[in-house]
Amino acid sequence: MTGTWIAVLVTAAGCYGLKLAGLTVPQRLLAHPVSRRFAEFVPVALLAALTAVQTVASGRSLHADPPQLAGMGAAVVALLARAPFLAVVVAAAATAAAVRALGLG
Amino acid sequence: MTDQAAAGAAASPVRDGLTLGLAVGTSGLAFGAAAVSSGLSVAQTCALSLLAYTGASQFALAGAVAAGGGLAAGTASAILLGSRNTLYGLRLASLLRVRGPGRLLAAHGVTDESTAVALAQPDGASARAGFRATFASLYLTWNLSTALGALGAGRVGSPQSLGLEVVGPAAFLALIWPRLRAGAAERGVGLLGAAIALAATPLWPPGVPVILAAAAALAGALATRPASRPAAPEAGPQSGPP
Repeated sequence: MTGTWIAVLVTAAGCYGLKLAGLTVPQRLLAHPVSRRFAEFVPVALLAALTAVQTVASGRSLHADPPQLAGMGAAVVALLARAPFLAVVVAAAATAAAVRALGLG
Repeated sequence: MTDQAAAGAAASPVRDGLTLGLAVGTSGLAFGAAAVSSGLSVAQTCALSLLAYTGASQFALAGAVAAGGGLAAGTASAILLGSRNTLYGLRLASLLRVRGPGRLLAAHGVTDESTAVALAQPDGASARAGFRATFASLYLTWNLSTALGALGAGRVGSPQSLGLEVVGPAAFLALIWPRLRAGAAERGVGLLGAAIALAATPLWPPGVPVILAAAAALAGALATRPASRPAAPEAGPQSGPP
């Protein structure tokens, strides 16, 4: 039990330290064009990756879950129609819930 | 910028951030339930959400406990998964412009969600407003739902029946959408990042594929280097920020 508490607290400290480190990196290190472009591209790369993984991955396997795919399809349609943020999210959730309620999940 | 203009600009990021935090935070139910069933106590489960406050790392540690031991390796991999917040911080630092105690607090709030909302804003003031709103709303909801899940409330109803499992990915897509439309470089980086993560999914434990997607950002940075500054190849006298 004590070992588990140590693991919990070390994990928490490590995760916090990593968050703080990113905010604390001297901006002059980011002055170089390549590192500046890297920092600008990182959120796009990681959030796009997260979108893809959360949509079709479950643990280490890739699988298509019809309600989730339908929900993401609805999000894309809403985005193409220039819907506001909330409408996009609500359309995705409502579509996924409806498809799941129909027993297709 | 006047206060009124700042308040007006902040209305939408605050609303978007609050809603996203509320919706995504409910997945704390799943974490709470999973952590307790993997052998963590309710107090340990809640401590992770309060203090680590980063979903992927928390699930990783719970998974290591469930697998029976390997606590050192489990802790190491949980911390490794937190490194994507370091990468987010690189970008957020110039947007948030926080110092001293404010930076210590803001650091705790760096997550996928707060980064996505801050980044989608047109200016620094609304980026800061969106970041704070997302942090507050997600932190409260994530911790409350973690406690409820740990205490067994997860069995009562499933967030999936409300479609909440697509809120995260749909919100991330909506928030990077303007960036994806902004240029071919952004689209390329986004698509490459998604492809890397999907290709890596069968090969690596959950969480690692998303970190590997940072390679797409590096590729983008190297590929677009010549175009990143207009004309002047090396720093001239007027090359400072406007």
